[in-house]
Amino acid sequence: MNVNPILSVEGLGKRFSSGGGFFSRATQVHAVVDVTFNVGPQTSLGLVGESGCGKSTLARCLLRLIEPDEGRVLFENEDIAGLLRPALRRMRQRMQMVFQDPYASLNPRRTVFQTLAEPLRVHGLAKGDGIETRVGAALAEVGLPVDSAKRFPHEFSGGQRQRICIARALVVEPRLIIADEPVSALDVSVQAQVLKLLEGLRERHGLSLLFVSHDLGVVRHVCDRVAVMYLGRIIEEAPVPEIFDQPLHPYTQMLRAASPVPDPQARFALPRVMGEIPSAMNPPSGCAFHPRCPQAMARCSEERPRLVDVGAGRCVACHLHSAASAEPFV
Amino acid sequence: MLDVRSLTVEFRSGGVWHPAVRSVEFAIARNETLAVVGESGSGKSVTALAVMGLVPAASGRVAAGSSIRVDGRELVGLPEKALDEVRGNRVAMIFQEPMTALNPTMTVGEQVAESVRVHRGLGAAAAWSESQRVLDQVKIPSASKRMRDYPHQFSGGMRQRVMIAMALACQPAVLLADEPTTALDVTIQAQVLSLIEDLKKEFGLGVLFITHNLGVVALVADRVAVMYAGEIVETANVSGLFAAPLHPYTEALLASMPRVDRDISAIEPIQGNVPSIREVGVGCAFAPRCRLAQDRCSRERPPLSRIDDTRTVRCWVRGGTA
Repeated sequence: MNVNPILSVEGLGKRFSSGGGFFSRATQVHAVVDVTFNVGPQTSLGLVGESGCGKSTLARCLLRLIEPDEGRVLFENEDIAGLLRPALRRMRQRMQMVFQDPYASLNPRRTVFQTLAEPLRVHGLAKGDGIETRVGAALAEVGLPVDSAKRFPHEFSGGQRQRICIARALVVEPRLIIADEPVSALDVSVQAQVLKLLEGLRERHGLSLLFVSHDLGVVRHVCDRVAVMYLGRIIEEAPVPEIFDQPLHPYTQMLRAASPVPDPQARFALPRVMGEIPSAMNPPSGCAFHPRCPQAMARCSEERPRLVDVGAGRCVACHLHSAASAEPFV
Repeated sequence: MLDVRSLTVEFRSGGVWHPAVRSVEFAIARNETLAVVGESGSGKSVTALAVMGLVPAASGRVAAGSSIRVDGRELVGLPEKALDEVRGNRVAMIFQEPMTALNPTMTVGEQVAESVRVHRGLGAAAAWSESQRVLDQVKIPSASKRMRDYPHQFSGGMRQRVMIAMALACQPAVLLADEPTTALDVTIQAQVLSLIEDLKKEFGLGVLFITHNLGVVALVADRVAVMYAGEIVETANVSGLFAAPLHPYTEALLASMPRVDRDISAIEPIQGNVPSIREVGVGCAFAPRCRLAQDRCSRERPPLSRIDDTRTVRCWVRGGTA
């Protein structure tokens, strides 16, 4: 990544305490461990992984919706860690988030206009008629009729509600949108409408996108690069389509093989996937994936592989590939 | 084995009965998986509930003239007691969310044993050992130990295995699976799908597999029925359906799906929304969103036309001039 990234994350970590009572000590759960990545201007990075891999926690840490414990987050070259309230608010104007559940993330007692006007007032971006103009523009942008401003969230379908959430993010003219599973709750036909909308917005506004998803098909369609997470760590990062066509890490390979493809010719045998996702409370030693890895070696249970640059813009944390290059990825 | 003819299920809303499932017909043979695919509100889950005799009596009803036969025996109109005998013994069902379908206050082993006792009339000891046998069969690691655990101590994938064990304990002929892997991660989904596939082969089960995911359809189905707004709009063999979808809805659904295996420069969304059961007009339910729609489509409801031995389609344009 030679251009200055819009978002730069270095060694980010987040721990939660779990359990703990009169007789027992609380256990530390490492939800996000030593995560490093960049999002370049006008690019879109996908963050994929299965439940509990830390992808949503990571997304929330970037906006300090959850305070990270370790590491640095630089947004437009500014370290967000030290920001006090007013500065944090200004930062959040330029970095907006869209959530999975459009039902839960809209206030049912507010009209669409009130929902969209609030961020403009909070950030002091418009007054009076200016607010109306910008709300109208944002609604038009996401393909909702102007008269939807007067209506309440329950009057809309799931896809339309997600458009309202996107309009709310857009209305403050952000540079980066963090979208956490934004289409997972939608039907396939409606999902495509929202993906197409995001695509158009990226082109028109030069937005950067951090797209969190478990659906590799959606990620392939939306993203330029993909980072794969497993138990809190990034284990592979590479450009699309290479990461799907020639995944390097055995976990990425497993994820890819298990992702259903609408083609009965590709059915061969259903992939025999081994084991369950281990608990983050008690992660395996060495490489966290080694108990499920078909190619695990003795070394894998002893020594954790580092994320190393293997060339062609790819990084992978796996002993099978660490010999190829000894350069640690910073 | 399972033969459903002109099944119509209606629900009452605002004092009026609206059909959620309209004249649905399909049959499932031994050792065959029929996938029913559709979006929310297409009537796919209601179809399965009707087969199980589980349409809520307070707000819904199976309309007169509907027929559901299992091994030639008519289920519609059967008294609850007789239905109980078929339900579980001949037809079993698994659901999307195994946590809500399992009793949180009973150990997993007791729950499976209970269903064996009730349906097969085994004694307590025999039921317990049968419970262990089926839990082994669905590959729950160290089943003899884990059967003393409660559902919350199991992961999502393991809970779904328990559900499958309960369904299998009664040695059914037909398994109805309603989105059984939708709540699971893809690697766990692959495990559960291959388990269902193995069991189908081993016992010659007929499987009705309900899903919204066309990728899963391609993995598990022998035949496919596509549902839209309460109707079957297309049936085909799985290879035929994906190679050459006939109904404009099937075609649009495939074109709107982002794929992990290849680059598609543009996905084509379907405009508009799935209609609610109150909004379906007299013509083809898909006409308002269809790019091939003609005048006739919004005036007259197309019949399910037979294209050849393996295919039917409900479309004025693609179904030939019926």
